[in-house]
Amino acid sequence: MAVGEVMRMDIPAGGDLSVTSPELHVLAVDDSIVDRKVIERLLRISACKVTTVESGAMALQYLGLDGDKGASGLKDLKVNLIVTDYSMPGLTGYDLLKKIKESSVFREIPVVIMSSENILPRIEQCLREGAEDFLLKPVKLADVKRIKELIMRNEAEDCKTLSHSNKRKLAEDIDDTASSSSSSSSSSSLEDSSVKDFRSSKRMKSELSSPL
Amino acid sequence: MELGQMQKSLQDYTKSLFVEGILDSQFLQLPQLQDESNSDFVSQVVSLFFQDSDRILNDLSLSLDQKVVDFEKVDPYVHQLKGSSSSIGAQRVKNACVVFRSFCEQKNVEACHRCLQQVKQEYYLVKNRLETLFKLEQQIVASGGMISAMDLGF
Repeated sequence: MAVGEVMRMDIPAGGDLSVTSPELHVLAVDDSIVDRKVIERLLRISACKVTTVESGAMALQYLGLDGDKGASGLKDLKVNLIVTDYSMPGLTGYDLLKKIKESSVFREIPVVIMSSENILPRIEQCLREGAEDFLLKPVKLADVKRIKELIMRNEAEDCKTLSHSNKRKLAEDIDDTASSSSSSSSSSSLEDSSVKDFRSSKRMKSELSSPL
Repeated sequence: MELGQMQKSLQDYTKSLFVEGILDSQFLQLPQLQDESNSDFVSQVVSLFFQDSDRILNDLSLSLDQKVVDFEKVDPYVHQLKGSSSSIGAQRVKNACVVFRSFCEQKNVEACHRCLQQVKQEYYLVKNRLETLFKLEQQIVASGGMISAMDLGF
């Protein structure tokens, strides 16, 4: 499996997601020792593998993006999700997000930003830069469950897209009069990060518009 | 004291912490993160909070005692403490930090000194209450009783 290619799921024809799915491996980045402990448990209880680091620099080092090592030899890292605090000394969560999205190897990994401050321009800036979602601290179990479901759903849709386009090709080969209403989901690129951003930002905006 | 009475005391005591605003609902997240694989999580994370807060309060005192106070240093400490207290549900500590930060922004040294005292007060209060809470739990467990997450929430 290539680095950055997030886990494959074997989806049977019925599209049932309850088939065995491998555990997500989450890289959690936070300078607070208390928050690291909490986020680690939140993720483990949610059946994720977790690696915690205390800074953006250490996250980049872990991923092999710090310039010292190449990104090769990291095939077994398989980070499926990065969750990072925004306000950290040195590299902020936003800086880390940018570096990840600039990397051809890691840019497909979803990044979720956490912050104790509900600052709309900050949230929008992160979503524009390609963050998958934004969590307001203190993080709760329901937040982690929601993020996990989002990530798993995106992965499943990516797989479905692939398998649908394969099936479609087959169908076209066999029968030229395949119905024109062939799955429209295969035409929308679910890897289009702007689509994800839009959906996330839509959700965030509706959440933000509720009275604080 | 008989087990049922101890358990009632624990419930009442816990409830009082919420009623007084010392703890908020975030504290109720913590027992949900405890299971057989990590049966001590709540006391571990709270101990970690105590250690971390002791360190921060010490650094804060030192920073504020400088002849020329460097608010670029002070504010991040308060931010850290605000964050960690929020994460474990220590509401009054968190709120005191919020006030503290606004005076940091104004670079008001005197007010900041008062804020530090306030934060310390709230911190020692929650520390004291939580230590008592854990003692009550230990007594129940020692008497053969069980603590359920329900005892900590209502």
